[in-house]
Amino acid sequence: MAAITISGVKKRYKKNDVIHGVDVEIEAGEFVVILGPSGCGKSTLLRMIAGLEEISEGTIAIDGTVVNQLEPRERGCAMVFQNYALYPHMTVSQNIGYALKVAGMPKAEREAKVLKVAKSVSLEPYLDRKPGELSGGQRQRVAMARAMVREPKVFLFDEPFSNLDAKLRVAMRAEVRNLHRSLGVTSVFVTHDQTEAMTLADRLIVMNSGIVEQVGKPSEVYHNPASLFVADFIGSPSMNLVRGFFAEDGYFRHGQGGMLSLPGLAKAHLSREVSIGVRPELVRRVDAGHKGAIAAVVDYTEELGASRLIYARADGSPIIAVDDGNDALGTGMPIHFAVSESDIHVFDHTTGRRIDHAGAAVRATDSVSA
Amino acid sequence: MERRAYYKNGGLPWLLIAPQLILVLVFFYWPTTQALYWAFTLEQPWGGGNTWVGFANFLGIFRDGQYWAMVGRSAFYAIATTAISMVIALTLAAFVDRSLKGTKLFQSVFVWPYAIAAPAAGVAFRFIFSPDAGLVGAINQIWPGLWNPAINGAHALAMVIVCHAWLGIGYNFIFFLAALQMIPRSLSEAGAMDGARPFRRMMDLQLPLITPTVFFLIIMNLISSFTDSFGLIDVMTEGGPIGSTEVMVYNIYVDGFKGLDYSGAAAQSIVLMLLVIALTFVQFKWVEKRVHYN
Repeated sequence: MAAITISGVKKRYKKNDVIHGVDVEIEAGEFVVILGPSGCGKSTLLRMIAGLEEISEGTIAIDGTVVNQLEPRERGCAMVFQNYALYPHMTVSQNIGYALKVAGMPKAEREAKVLKVAKSVSLEPYLDRKPGELSGGQRQRVAMARAMVREPKVFLFDEPFSNLDAKLRVAMRAEVRNLHRSLGVTSVFVTHDQTEAMTLADRLIVMNSGIVEQVGKPSEVYHNPASLFVADFIGSPSMNLVRGFFAEDGYFRHGQGGMLSLPGLAKAHLSREVSIGVRPELVRRVDAGHKGAIAAVVDYTEELGASRLIYARADGSPIIAVDDGNDALGTGMPIHFAVSESDIHVFDHTTGRRIDHAGAAVRATDSVSA
Repeated sequence: MERRAYYKNGGLPWLLIAPQLILVLVFFYWPTTQALYWAFTLEQPWGGGNTWVGFANFLGIFRDGQYWAMVGRSAFYAIATTAISMVIALTLAAFVDRSLKGTKLFQSVFVWPYAIAAPAAGVAFRFIFSPDAGLVGAINQIWPGLWNPAINGAHALAMVIVCHAWLGIGYNFIFFLAALQMIPRSLSEAGAMDGARPFRRMMDLQLPLITPTVFFLIIMNLISSFTDSFGLIDVMTEGGPIGSTEVMVYNIYVDGFKGLDYSGAAAQSIVLMLLVIALTFVQFKWVEKRVHYN
């Protein structure tokens, strides 16, 4: 049974809609990450699950019970807030134990439980301190301990790492991952950081301006993006996307007279206005004489140490490639690339959806395999 | 390093602060020194010569049992007024802060009482509480004689306290609302996730976080109840019946201007002034330092 079922959920503020109808099922014990740019409605969706925002339309069910009309305390969710939201006038142990105190648990039992949870996130030396005397990472741990102590059915994380520095973020990521492994509690994690999303998620929900663009495993979303938005948003550097159309002669025409020989795809998508995309790491460098080589001119390069990003231009269309950086490349130098037809993604330019190779549009929740 | 601006012309700064300085000297320090002088002398009601008497005026009022009864009444008046006004204002502010329907409207409506002059409110409340014609007086038609502030001292005192508390609600409301809105919304939300209902969140989370404001308002309200009650009492009861609504500030007026005992009245004003100074001192020294988070 699904732990959380979101069906037809919409959010309306006065006149403007923020969420336009979301349907997602989250399995019990799953770690789901909602990923999207700021303002896409991901936090709003999370807050609707928590009960902090009203649901304008549709239903959310937790463990089979529709929770639309339930107060946050009745939903069995615990939440870690973006700014931690620790109670500044309470000590760490009071912060962690507050939910138990409200629930009326006897003091001795409560203290034992707080200590146990504090130990699991190595906070016991700090139990008598106030949040103001703790570092960012410690506050983050208090916030997590406070959520854990209630033994909730669902953990909700609202961009919990956005106030931490890069190194701490990686450490906390591992901690959250381990925590989930040991507790096995259904978790929903909201972030705009794709690395965080890719590394944490069992399943990803990619959102954009109030709609779900794609739901799937991180690798699925990366290798088979269901829409132009997902293709562009996921991956760094992002996918090469070129707009054009397939002609009868088996060529894809783009930019200023650019031609790409893609006979197989041309047959399937004849005369359609599309964008085609290919991951930079799948763009190979080849010699000038290679069959079907794309002739380009180098704009500039970025040295990353282990690899190098090449920003080039072919017939007016920009193209990014990754290589090992063994040779010297300067601005204006000619360069040649090749791509395999099977690595190319095709997107309908008007709807922005992926078109599979049979020519049908792909929906957000379809499990895509190319 | 602190950067300071210096004036080359020595007279200019004095000229610039002169308007404020003159106001303070003429309307505050001059009357105060006069009162001090009178408090230690025996002043004749018709002017002309006065005699230095040392602490005789103070001993006179301190030996008077009625004076202490009045001080007690004033303290009760101040505490009751402060408590009623602050509890109601906090309740209203808590509701407005939760942004229920109509918040925008109530935000301004609740402030209005502050803009009404005390005597005007006094007249209105005298009508409301009038035993034969007023709104509250209607209960006299069911139980005749149950409510009559004109002859019952307790009723009269309650009436003035309610009116004074009502006048303070607007002021307290503004401060409470501002303080509540300073608390990050996510704290209340975290409380809600932790299972605390609105009232519990108020007591456990919001109230502790606004203690600086609460203490500030307690002091301000106490001072106001000790000093600002004159207009109200004069309009509503004139201290009666039989002095049951006579508080310190009103007694000064009665003794000084009705009884023509300038020296006794001056001594009483000095006592009241010291009381207010003490409260202000508490506000500055104790409250501002002790009640602090972060």
